Amino acid sequence: MAATKASKEQKYDRQLRLWGDHGQEELENAHVCLINSTASGTELLKNLVLPGIGSFTIVDGHKVSGEDVGNNFFLSNHSIGRNRAQAATELLQELNTDVSGNFVEESPDQLLDNDPEFFHRFTLVIGVQLPESTCLRLGSVLWNANVPFLVCRTYGLVGYMRLVVKEHTVIESHPDNALEDLRLDQPFAELKSHIQSYDLEGMGKKDHGHTPWIIIVAKYLEKWFSEHNSQLPKNYKEKEAFKQLIRQGILKNEKGTPEDEENFEEAIKNVNTALNPTKVISSGVDDIFNGEQCNDITSQTPAFWLMTRAVREFVQNDGSGNLPVRGSIPDMIADSEKFINLQNVYREKAMQDASVVSKHVEALLQSVGKVCGPYSCILRCCSLSSACSMDSADGEMVLYLMLRSVDRFYQQHSRYPGVYNYQVEEDISKLKLCVNSLLQEYSLNVNVKDDYIHEFCRYGAAEPHTVASFLGGSAAQEAIKIITRQFVPFNNTFIYNAMSQTTATFQL
Amino acid sequence: MNLLLFSLFREKKRRRVVELTEKMVVDGGRDGGEWDGRWNHINMFLERPGPFTHPDFEPSTESLQFLLDTCKILVIGAGGLGCELLKDLALSGFRHIHVVDMDTIDVSNLNRQFLFRLKDVGRPKADIAADFINGRIPGCNVVPHFKKIQDFDESFYRQFHIIVCGLDSIIARRWMNGMLLSLLVYEDGVLDPSSIIPLIDGGTEGFKGNARVIFPGMTACIDCTLELYPPQINFPMCTIASMPRLPEHCVEYVRMLLWPKEKPFGDGVGLDADDPEHIQWVYQKSQERAAEFSITGITYRLTQGVVKRIIPAVASTNAVIAAACATEVFKIASSAYIPLNNYMVFNDVDGLYTYTFEAERKENCSACSQVPQDLYFSPSAKLQEVLDYLTENASLQMKSPAITATLEGKNKTLYLQTVASIEQRTRPNLSKSLKELGLLDGQELAVADVTTPQTVLFKLSFTS
Repeated sequence: MAATKASKEQKYDRQLRLWGDHGQEELENAHVCLINSTASGTELLKNLVLPGIGSFTIVDGHKVSGEDVGNNFFLSNHSIGRNRAQAATELLQELNTDVSGNFVEESPDQLLDNDPEFFHRFTLVIGVQLPESTCLRLGSVLWNANVPFLVCRTYGLVGYMRLVVKEHTVIESHPDNALEDLRLDQPFAELKSHIQSYDLEGMGKKDHGHTPWIIIVAKYLEKWFSEHNSQLPKNYKEKEAFKQLIRQGILKNEKGTPEDEENFEEAIKNVNTALNPTKVISSGVDDIFNGEQCNDITSQTPAFWLMTRAVREFVQNDGSGNLPVRGSIPDMIADSEKFINLQNVYREKAMQDASVVSKHVEALLQSVGKVCGPYSCILRCCSLSSACSMDSADGEMVLYLMLRSVDRFYQQHSRYPGVYNYQVEEDISKLKLCVNSLLQEYSLNVNVKDDYIHEFCRYGAAEPHTVASFLGGSAAQEAIKIITRQFVPFNNTFIYNAMSQTTATFQL
Repeated sequence: MNLLLFSLFREKKRRRVVELTEKMVVDGGRDGGEWDGRWNHINMFLERPGPFTHPDFEPSTESLQFLLDTCKILVIGAGGLGCELLKDLALSGFRHIHVVDMDTIDVSNLNRQFLFRLKDVGRPKADIAADFINGRIPGCNVVPHFKKIQDFDESFYRQFHIIVCGLDSIIARRWMNGMLLSLLVYEDGVLDPSSIIPLIDGGTEGFKGNARVIFPGMTACIDCTLELYPPQINFPMCTIASMPRLPEHCVEYVRMLLWPKEKPFGDGVGLDADDPEHIQWVYQKSQERAAEFSITGITYRLTQGVVKRIIPAVASTNAVIAAACATEVFKIASSAYIPLNNYMVFNDVDGLYTYTFEAERKENCSACSQVPQDLYFSPSAKLQEVLDYLTENASLQMKSPAITATLEGKNKTLYLQTVASIEQRTRPNLSKSLKELGLLDGQELAVADVTTPQTVLFKLSFTS
């Protein structure tokens, strides 16, 4: 038992460094459903099986065709004629013995007719290459059951994904380029007294050159405040003047040339960002604070909302309008003691703020949760059947319109355009009618060039492997984000254009 | 990108390779194992005309045959990107594929390098990858090479139509880049298009990745955009030795200073990053060091990450980047579409983000411009200064350059680092001035380095 755990740590080491043991646990407790094991589906599933998803179930009523085997790594020509779900499950299962694979030899429409609750058991349902009607039926069942639904499709050189979920909350969003939370414009009491403990003018040369830049900026800010009516340097001119002030503080040797004090250079370099006023609550956070779920706390309220409410209480009562202190500082030139002491000032404040928040949580009748910073966000998606509004049709948006038009074509003709060579020419005008009726229905005053209509007939609903693989990779990571509740998923429509190697995300 | 030149390249290339093929013995008489409809998903793009195809494109049923029977692709690397590339190419109609990888399989590869299983740990990646693909995709003939890229010369690389890299090292990329540049043929100063071998390069790190298309001699090469690569994090020695602040500083202290001092596993026994006992020792000592300075956060995982310079990795990012690269290989081999021009960046930390742009050639690129590289030094400057310039300059970033010059008609090695005996013999030269060494104004210096298969020539100009 210990041996398996150790070898899992080794096997998954490279991904544990991204989403941690707790993220891995969520992944291993998840059960996903894949509908249709075409190449897009199996590639997606491969990227979930390899990192150790708990279990998967493939729903597919089709029989394996020669064409299927040609673009799919998880179907062999020996399985031609057999049920596709079963054939794909075998080769996917083989990738990772930690994962449990299952299959259902039925079409999703059959299941929706006979046993829609079948889908309630899943953590996430992924629908691949589904006609629009099935998507809508499935979407409505899953929406009501609060099961996230990821729709994927590869159509010629176009990849498409749509996320359908009522609400998805993320606490650990791991923002890539977040600004530091240093509070230099309004230092909290402990930070103030720590800054006061430094005497830049009185200290020795070694200490002077190893004082953290945060202290340096803070000290010179005090000087600046006294000369500028407690106003932060506002524009470029003032910031330059402030930087000069700091530069003058660099020690000079007997000859009057400035010493090499890297910490002062760091201070000067960081002035622009360090002086950003402590972020006033953004409108996004405001929306969350004023949300229904945040206002009406009951014994059924999920953890995310409890914490959000507790943070709101903190902001209004204890934080003087600010969020809890983040507590981390970047590395900087300094001797160990000065750095660690400064780091601890921030860390202790953060822990203090966190405990106030948790007291609020307790007061809200729940047990203590994790510290919640401004990194939470919510995705609310529209259910598939709601009308969408778009103004212009360029780049990837045209491709989206073409995909919707192709769906329409399928509805009318029970097939996709241009599958056989002889159909390509005649289908162009038929597809054009579908495009126009779509544009009319949504009152879109938009011009879709004939070239795109021709191109989509040319595709003949092909699913080239490399495009399916790109989509499978993209979609799998979004699925992992939903399951682990870490990192922010896309919201809510994604298009990949393999012709130009460009992508776009729309919120529809 | 010059489309005319590109079409010339394609036509000349096609003719030249058909000639070569007729002379070559095509090996691997495997059963093609064709079945109905096998190539339906790609035939659309080869047989049908379309509004967005490359101006050169001619729909034909012969294009598929070219991919299946003639087109030869080289995949460099059989790791995270390599496994995906082999699969993608095999399922796109390519059959003659070679793969080069010098590594063996490790357990930590298994979360994404899906051609390998637990029983394969310790075996060469190239061999196992080739076996798996050939077994799974009937008719595909992947030829493995358990070797370093530097083990091959021009005669090997020249046989390929397209080369696609899934490397994890900038040095290797630059070497490959240099090799393809060295294959270029110029007739009267004009580049012969049939000597161009396109290079598709992919790279990933955690949730980030990039894919680029290089036509050596025509578009921006690896060295043209060297500054795009983030510098490696190397902590300053004084931080490590006396002023640690982060847990990483403590680990580096143990690795770089304490281990050589204490020799915990015996004299001359170097730190083996793959030996758990060694890592355990480093972990314990790092904790002691951290405790001295009240630093928290040392874990076994962190220790291992620092010692091995581990970069986090997942299957999904590798799948995306490899797929983009393979799509480009298909486009170029079939002329079906205009290739990516020429650099795509991908990041799915927050939603999915891509940025596609045209990286520009650098006018005086040390690798691909034919502009002679200049060195400006005072005659009293020490050779060490020249060495420092070669390694520290952002556009050169050499690793361990060896400098030779022709003095009094004879080829003299001024300094060479990679052979211990020569290093010792030439070390005193570093503290001599250029004048003392007998170098003259306008002198040519030849510099060799791991970053390029060819010697780089510099012209030394004395400043007053």
